[in-house]
Amino acid sequence: MQLTLEFGGGLELLCDSVKVHNVNVDMAKGAEKLIMKDLLGWVHTNLIKERPEMFMKGDTVRPGVLVLVNDCDWELSGQLDTTLEEKDVVVFISTLHGG
Amino acid sequence: MEANGHDEASRILHELQSLKATKSDIDRRISALESQLRHLNLQNGTVVNTSALPNPITAAHHDLTPEMIHRYSRHLLLPSFGVEAQSNLINSSILVVGAGGLGSPALLYLAACGAGRLGIVDHDVVELNNMHRQVIHTEAFIGQPKVKSAATTCRSINSSVQIVEHHEALRTSNALEIFNQYPLYYFFAQIQSVSFNYIVEMLPLVSGAALGLEGQLTVYNYNGGPCYRCLFPTPPPTTACQRCADSGVLGVVPGIIGCLQALEAIKIASAVGEPLSGRMLLFDALAARIRIVKIRGRSPQCEACGENATFTQQQFREFDYEKFTQSPLTPSLNIPLPSLEARLPEISSALKEEEERNGSSSAKLYVICRRGNDSQRAVQNLHKLGFTSARDIVGGLESWAHDVDSNFPTY
Repeated sequence: MQLTLEFGGGLELLCDSVKVHNVNVDMAKGAEKLIMKDLLGWVHTNLIKERPEMFMKGDTVRPGVLVLVNDCDWELSGQLDTTLEEKDVVVFISTLHGG
Repeated sequence: MEANGHDEASRILHELQSLKATKSDIDRRISALESQLRHLNLQNGTVVNTSALPNPITAAHHDLTPEMIHRYSRHLLLPSFGVEAQSNLINSSILVVGAGGLGSPALLYLAACGAGRLGIVDHDVVELNNMHRQVIHTEAFIGQPKVKSAATTCRSINSSVQIVEHHEALRTSNALEIFNQYPLYYFFAQIQSVSFNYIVEMLPLVSGAALGLEGQLTVYNYNGGPCYRCLFPTPPPTTACQRCADSGVLGVVPGIIGCLQALEAIKIASAVGEPLSGRMLLFDALAARIRIVKIRGRSPQCEACGENATFTQQQFREFDYEKFTQSPLTPSLNIPLPSLEARLPEISSALKEEEERNGSSSAKLYVICRRGNDSQRAVQNLHKLGFTSARDIVGGLESWAHDVDSNFPTY
């Protein structure tokens, strides 16, 4: 499945400072759909190069990371159970503080 | 004779002072009532659409003096702003927390546009390495309090705005006292540290941040939108919060976000437009891209603002954010079990540091995890690797919350 993954707010530092990743994620054998929970595992294995604890905590993202599926908070689409579709854009952004 | 004259003068001064105090008290009460009324009208959906007025200048009721009409004439000419919005703004109280990179442009515009009462909170002094982004300050004020410098600039731009200086850091212990001086309207802030975003739940908050070449902006606690805690029920670890002083920031980036903060504050205070509530603006300066995303609404389960919220003012005053976000034992290191071996040098140097600090010969090493399983494995490994002092905290953070500190958050 073709997806565009974007990292911002400093999270790009965890994946070689590359902000935008056009990726092809295969579904698990026998699975009918790809959900966010699967994608997080895939990102953790394939894209995160350092300090994984800054990205994930338990089986979800760490507090302070906002996840957007097609520019919409994943809380509104079912969080870890959000079903992904071909050409979806998923953004992981760490909220900033100060200035 | 001279003594009598002196007595008379001090009597008059005294009376003047007390009359002024009474006047400002009455003004405050009038504004508070007006604000309440405006809130009621907003809730009832009876807000007057200023654009429907044929000629805003001739609108019957407003608080504008002839000088104000002249000063703000370009605002008044705007069909979607006009007299009513300007009157609302002039009667508003806005608190700006931090006169730094975001606060500088925000304050310049809020003062110029005619916010009625403008509070500035900052404990810091102006430094040369602030000047590239904190554009409200001038070289003449290097070494002086930012509050004083910012207030001087604001007054020189618009002497009709009441500027209040709070030369102190915003803490849980003084925050409510400061906020209560801004009863009429909207609490607007750029916040230096995550902690206040996390616990300031009561008032509309225009929250902005800028770091490096990126900026973010949203409005919390407004019109059915979420509070910070709705968005992040568990606070981010302090290690996840970078600072400009550590990571750098391009001067114009906070400038842009600060200007947008001023715009949102003006929209809220004057009751026009659609404030950025329930949405978040993400700015990427390098890619020249602004993206506005939809975020969740107010959570009924939120501990701070939800239906069964139990967070009281007293709890707020006593809230210890550090304690809330840190593990029960500090200092501590967060090491995932798989990388334990690779990070042994960190443990060694942390132990040495602790020994030096306490002047003791052996620092104690405890291992804690969420439920107490991984920590047992970690202790076994540590013993094999020569850290014989390692001890396991049985039952992990969950037991800690259950048996030791019932206020400790579980996840």
